[in-house]
Amino acid sequence: MTNNGTILSVKDLKTYFQTEDGVVKAVDGISFELKKGETLGIVGESGSGKSVTNLSIMRLIPEPPGKIVGGDVVFDGIDVRSLSIDEVRKIRGKRIAMIFQDPMTSLNPFLKVSTQLMEVTQLHLGHDKTQAYEHGVKMLETVGIPDPRSRMDGYPHELSGGMRQRVMIAMALSCDPELLIADEPTTALDVTIQAQILELIKDLKARMGTSVILITHDLGVVAGMTEKIIVMYAGKVFEQAPTKELFSTPANPYTRGLLKSVPDPAHEQGKELYQIPGLPPDVAHLPPGCPFAERCDRVEDICRKEYPPFVQINEGHHSLCHFAKEVYEESRREKAAAA
Amino acid sequence: MLSFLLRRLLLIVPMALLVVTLTWGLIRIAPGTFYDSEKKLPPAVEANIKKKYGLDKPWYYQYFIMLGNVTCRTMAEDETTLNGIQFNVGSARVKCFDFGDSLKYEGQSVNEIIRRHLPYSATIGIIAYILALIVGGSAGLFAALRQNSIYDYGSMALAMLGLSVPNFVLGPILVLIFALGLYMVPAARWGGILNLILPVITLSAIYAAYIARLTRAGMLEVMRSDYIRTARAKGLNETSVLLKHAIRGGIIPVVSFTGPALAALLAGTVVVERIFSIPGLGNIFIQSVLNRDEPLTLGIVAFLSVLVMLLNLIVDISYGFLDPRIRYE
Repeated sequence: MTNNGTILSVKDLKTYFQTEDGVVKAVDGISFELKKGETLGIVGESGSGKSVTNLSIMRLIPEPPGKIVGGDVVFDGIDVRSLSIDEVRKIRGKRIAMIFQDPMTSLNPFLKVSTQLMEVTQLHLGHDKTQAYEHGVKMLETVGIPDPRSRMDGYPHELSGGMRQRVMIAMALSCDPELLIADEPTTALDVTIQAQILELIKDLKARMGTSVILITHDLGVVAGMTEKIIVMYAGKVFEQAPTKELFSTPANPYTRGLLKSVPDPAHEQGKELYQIPGLPPDVAHLPPGCPFAERCDRVEDICRKEYPPFVQINEGHHSLCHFAKEVYEESRREKAAAA
Repeated sequence: MLSFLLRRLLLIVPMALLVVTLTWGLIRIAPGTFYDSEKKLPPAVEANIKKKYGLDKPWYYQYFIMLGNVTCRTMAEDETTLNGIQFNVGSARVKCFDFGDSLKYEGQSVNEIIRRHLPYSATIGIIAYILALIVGGSAGLFAALRQNSIYDYGSMALAMLGLSVPNFVLGPILVLIFALGLYMVPAARWGGILNLILPVITLSAIYAAYIARLTRAGMLEVMRSDYIRTARAKGLNETSVLLKHAIRGGIIPVVSFTGPALAALLAGTVVVERIFSIPGLGNIFIQSVLNRDEPLTLGIVAFLSVLVMLLNLIVDISYGFLDPRIRYE
């Protein structure tokens, strides 16, 4: 491996959508790096650009109306943006695989489970029918589907939501990819099934050494799964930090707001749960200052006028805020007081 | 599946009887009779005609006679007929589906008239149907694949034109250009393959246009769905995505349209048959209504209604092959 163990590096990625309402800057200058075997969490509200970031990595943005207008995506030393679409297809499904949010609609209802599983390895690994079938059975077994042979010949609608997501994972991991992008893999599932699926991803990641990008809006999901986290808001990275540090000493008012919004059963029974006021801004018409200014609890004049800087707090910990250092100190004081 | 099929086939019987009954009633309500002429007939002559055709009997008696003829009834000892289906049950002779003789074309049975004229309509209809499927289907597919391209706009504009120009305009224009102007094909009448070209194009235009629009809309709908994104994320090329993943869901609306469309095409259209002087069933059908030729009208209506129901049944069954979520119970 080249690039000292870095599997994916995204620099200043910009993906815009042309709409009747103007240019929507869905992703506007995202940068991050992912090391081999590492798990990265991307957190944010709906519409913050989490999914678009990852669809951009695989060049799956519907074009038009979307377009990657700037930045670099380097996967294992390959500049993905400069590849032809045929070369990108050789990476998709083979070296970078994806699991989508809704397993109910992400599997093709018209095709057998076997067909959908087999076509990946037939395409990328050159399997013949028998090999692909046996490989499919093995993969279903790996993801914990009972009686895999009879499931192979069934259709997706005969499976429960959790089972379908397992099939999706089996499909994604069929070619032993180096990078797995899981786009809200548990959002559409029951809480008990959620835990099972997350355990499964964690377990398979450990066994196969796959790097993972886990997209979610659920902080609880990323807490136990990831090494570092990116918090996205309005198409921008608001905070980036190692998971532990982000949870203990956040340096961005938005992250603090998100963490405060998580219900904590151990504390303050009967107290109303905190919520960030207002709604995410319309990314087609962003104000000149900080996009979070209108909802921020410590907003000052400068926030509305000037775009905030991306401040480095520690090694690997950055925050997009005029008062990043102050917020960080505040978090540290609170943490010390609590201890 | 088998019980579904059986139930649907059995259901055709009461449906067809209902259609026949309604048609019979409508013919009776409509003013005028088959023996009307410009001069009023003397009462004695009219009474004779009525007696000959059993029109002097009460209406319910006539209705049951008609019903017996179009379904099944036992034959009298001395009765001889070559129409419909005849077989023996024990010593009794039974005949079915005998619509009797035409009142206008004397001495010709309805079954014989349908048998004689159907092949013309069916030939043109089936060719027009296949042409409409090929042209409309591929135009719609390409339009969906290259959405918002020049090709998409062009083919959809053409489809809109095909839908808006009625065949009684399109037919004569085609005749004017290709038959009377360029002498490439005959202007009318039944004959060789060249004779088929203009009527087939005239007949299929509107269906091709409709199928093109349905295919495009259906494919676009499916191409937006999550499972197509999954297929792309697997690294499949666009052709595989389209032909393996999208087409089944995309053509379902087209399939539901093609059943009734085929029935309409097989039955012939009076306009195209008139323009090109083709002795098809459509023309005969309209004539029979104008002539108040009751047996002929009933015969054609019964035949067409059963045809439509059978084709719809085939469409319903083919859904099951396209979409595994559909179960027949």
